Amino acid sequence: MSGQAKVKLATAWLDGCSGCHMSLLDVDELLVALVERVELVYGPLVDAPEYPDAVDVALVEGAVSSVGDQKLAQTIRAKTRILISLGDCAVTSNVPSMRNTIPVQKLLERVYIEGADAAQAIPADGVPALLRHAVPLADVVKVDIHIPGCPPKPGAIAHVLTSLLDGKKPELTGLVKFG
Amino acid sequence: MDSKITIRIDGELVKADRGSTIFETAKAAGKRIPGLCNMKGLKPVGACRLCMVEVAGVNRLLPSCTTPAQEGMSVTIHSARLDAYRKQALELLLSERNHVCAVCVSNGHCELQSLATALGVTNVRYGYRYPKLGVDLSHPRYVLDHNRCILCTRCVRVCAEVEGAHVWDIAGRGIHSMLTCEMNRTWGGSRNCTSCGKCVQVCPTGALAEKGFAVEEMVKRTTSVERLAVVRGGSR
Repeated sequence: MSGQAKVKLATAWLDGCSGCHMSLLDVDELLVALVERVELVYGPLVDAPEYPDAVDVALVEGAVSSVGDQKLAQTIRAKTRILISLGDCAVTSNVPSMRNTIPVQKLLERVYIEGADAAQAIPADGVPALLRHAVPLADVVKVDIHIPGCPPKPGAIAHVLTSLLDGKKPELTGLVKFG
Repeated sequence: MDSKITIRIDGELVKADRGSTIFETAKAAGKRIPGLCNMKGLKPVGACRLCMVEVAGVNRLLPSCTTPAQEGMSVTIHSARLDAYRKQALELLLSERNHVCAVCVSNGHCELQSLATALGVTNVRYGYRYPKLGVDLSHPRYVLDHNRCILCTRCVRVCAEVEGAHVWDIAGRGIHSMLTCEMNRTWGGSRNCTSCGKCVQVCPTGALAEKGFAVEEMVKRTTSVERLAVVRGGSR
């Protein structure tokens, strides 16, 4: 991935807490080096309405929990060369999966009707429907690299990004842990 | 008869005590075989399948914790094939129940978690089952969370063999196997439990934990088990 043109990097935030994005920012001085070689084209850190074409690398945080997550994951896969699941929610479904033993309707009723003091109604307008299970990204699309961790260690993210920029395959054995 | 025998481990000649297992022989020679169910002081059962090794002349893999070392045996404990099988076995353990490390009392002190790191497991290639499993909070001091149990049976064995109370057993078969307390009593309703906590200490995950511990706080202490096993005349 060397050459004149900058590498196009996208990030996405599905069903997660944004902690993985915090970890990405925590790579400290590597950010300075990344700015030289990388163009951030999509994600919560930049203002881009549509997922662009021909993205080189995408870091995706969060489990796939809704129809919206599913659609975005499919778009990202179709337009991205290297797709990375970032953090435990994307890799294992983690905390979002803790609702998986409860049927969706029951879950929504518990939260928005039994659990609400006022305006007791299940939101339907403008929010994507929940899937039966919150699942790992790899259940929905092909994932090339997994960086587990809750949050993933900045060192692991840095290792993966610098390896890819240098045209090498990242080796994560011993570098990452679940949780 | 000489009390020592000689076997080969990954091509290297190693002396072993007659009657010791491949696992013990390797450990004594400073060679580590991964494992989650085996523990010094408890009878080996070969439940976790992570210590599988190749023995020359045997066309299937054998659990090294239950296979005795024999004179002239040639054992492979590390190979690409074994690494692949061990990763598979570990991923299957992770997919079977709801192991949510981020919210677990044993996060950072869990043998399942640290072995995943050591074996280079970065994701699980099998579909998660998301089973609906219970948590037994009936005991005044301890918790049993079936979501985190890997059925290694260390708790069953330490209670029966070392404490002598035999509170725990495995009920059901195959994927329906569950840890059970005294013919399906709640832990709090147990008549034999002495509340000694040995089962909690030997549990490799957060399935058995002390109450009052938050995420990452439950550190297990296993060193006393080996000593107590000797005192009680346990298996070895």
